[in-house]
Amino acid sequence: MANATTAGKAAVKNGRPAIDLHVIGPIVALIVLIIIGALMNPNFLSYGNVTNVLARSAFIGIIAVGMTFVITAGGLDLSVGSMAAFIAGLMIIVMNALVPTLGTGWPTILAGMAAALAIGFAAGLFNGLLITQARIEAFIVTLGSMGIFRSLVTWLADGGTLSLNFSVREVYRPVYYDGIFGIAWPIIVFLAIAALGEIVMRHTAFGRHCAAIGSNEQVARYSAVHVDRARLAGYVLLGVLVGVATIMYVPRLGSASSSTGVLWELEAIAAVIIGGTVLKGGFGRVWGTVIGVLILNLIENILNLTDLVSPYLNGAIQGVIIILAVVLQRQKKATR
Amino acid sequence: MGVTNAFKALAVVTALALPASAAAQETSVIGVSIPAATHGWAGGMNYHAQEAVNRLEEAYPQLDFVLATASDPGKQVSDIEDMMATRDIDALVVLPFESDPLTGPVKRVAEAGKWVTVVDRGLSEDGIEDLYVAGDNPGFGRVAGEYFRQQLPDGGKIVVLRGIPTTIDNERVEAFQAALEGSGIEILGMEHGNWNRDDAFTVMQDFLSKYPEIDAVWASDDDMAVGVLEAINQADRAEEMWVLGGAGMKEMIKRVMDGDRMIPVNVTYPPAMIASAIEMTALKFVSNAPVSGRFIIGSVLITPENAESYYFPDSPF
Repeated sequence: MANATTAGKAAVKNGRPAIDLHVIGPIVALIVLIIIGALMNPNFLSYGNVTNVLARSAFIGIIAVGMTFVITAGGLDLSVGSMAAFIAGLMIIVMNALVPTLGTGWPTILAGMAAALAIGFAAGLFNGLLITQARIEAFIVTLGSMGIFRSLVTWLADGGTLSLNFSVREVYRPVYYDGIFGIAWPIIVFLAIAALGEIVMRHTAFGRHCAAIGSNEQVARYSAVHVDRARLAGYVLLGVLVGVATIMYVPRLGSASSSTGVLWELEAIAAVIIGGTVLKGGFGRVWGTVIGVLILNLIENILNLTDLVSPYLNGAIQGVIIILAVVLQRQKKATR
Repeated sequence: MGVTNAFKALAVVTALALPASAAAQETSVIGVSIPAATHGWAGGMNYHAQEAVNRLEEAYPQLDFVLATASDPGKQVSDIEDMMATRDIDALVVLPFESDPLTGPVKRVAEAGKWVTVVDRGLSEDGIEDLYVAGDNPGFGRVAGEYFRQQLPDGGKIVVLRGIPTTIDNERVEAFQAALEGSGIEILGMEHGNWNRDDAFTVMQDFLSKYPEIDAVWASDDDMAVGVLEAINQADRAEEMWVLGGAGMKEMIKRVMDGDRMIPVNVTYPPAMIASAIEMTALKFVSNAPVSGRFIIGSVLITPENAESYYFPDSPF
């Protein structure tokens, strides 16, 4: 697999050297990380560890796929971490409230899932309408809603933790911990969404409109692209995907608190950028985002599995890798 | 509850005993500045602060309280400045978000001749506060370490989850390590779980991948213990080890009460210490009881036998 990829890219290198590192940079980084991990600890490539890392990546990964579209269209969403906490909190409240009427089985859980998607839709719509209709900078709108969602979940939880009804949780738990053919559900959902995202980005009008808007909004407008509609759709899509991520997150610990999803927005944005999407918009790559998410989670995993550096420095190592990944890409772009 | 009643009784006695002239005319304003409820323990602390304020306002009509919660040190500094400028407080009860940034502003309050009570986190400069009320962080680590020693007399392999890198965390971990010295207990690994469930889950998953044999886990906090337990269950290794959290979250106390094998005991670090501080500050204005000095609330081991007296089902924590 690794050989095939490198060989394929090497062939491209001869023809168009400029694109080369830009495209394979993240893949190379990922492969290097995997080799380092495998050399450092024999358990690194074990089924258990691989499943852990992939399943953990799923939350940020699902969100980051949506974020790829928003960033490609020249936007940004800082509220997704708080939004995830808020949706998780409301979802738990809804399910707990439905237990007397619907019982502790799947009907309650399905209702909770529907609620999560609906709240995600509404939250995305809220951000999107303020950005496209009220014409406020996306940075400011989502900075505001970040505070709003975070405060709301703290308030809902009364400063503590919202916990899912114990019997519901027992039924719901397999959604995170089980799977089919030995592949955990969060991984399946993440990969499915990533694949769909890649298709939408490459082969649909919506994907191309996002890139056109991010590239040059005026030109896109003159080209009869419904700019506001496409941007709004981006934020709504992201909101719904945050809902999906929450659906996978809640069964893991069965609780939500004000510390849920802290800094997820920055991890998602970092993953998108590492993956080769341009922060200013105009170009997006969903599969790159997937690699970016895996890189971020692998670094953490490797640092935990080895005693290479003081745990105080984990954040620094991640920071260095984020910057390096982007530097590699930017240099190549400059020479293009 | 006993303490509350005692205070209420005291309130009645004081109200009767004091000549109405001194107490009723002169209203004293006590400002309370605490961090916002950003995690479980702080949520409990907010709850107990609000409870104490409500209780004291009812008991002592001559006392007025201003309660402000801050989500960062900067906001807390502004809160304290506002209390001085607009509410003319007579006393300040402050749980500093961080020691360094709050030292200057709190010192100015003290220099203006106001009573200052500092809670939990000490200021960077000695001698500013009139009263210091705090939990016993080294004790928290020591009590936990002694329990490990007692449970693993022949030594064993343990992993440790640390909190957010702070002085509090360092004091706890140092005391824990000191208590284990010479016991033959080996600390396989220590990582920061940041007093967060999700982070602790991730760290514990990786510990489980890394170490084939773990006898016990010092999660050092009940929120982290929640994540740790879930990771252990996922790996199906619950039979192999037990977990010691800490701080006395109600769900964990319940499990200790029920004799859960995975959660045999707990160690206190009560968020209600803010209530102690507010009550003692109030006493300064309504009684002759001397309250200046240092008041350290010990960390004790909660066992199935005494768990009931630490169980507060109404508190969010």
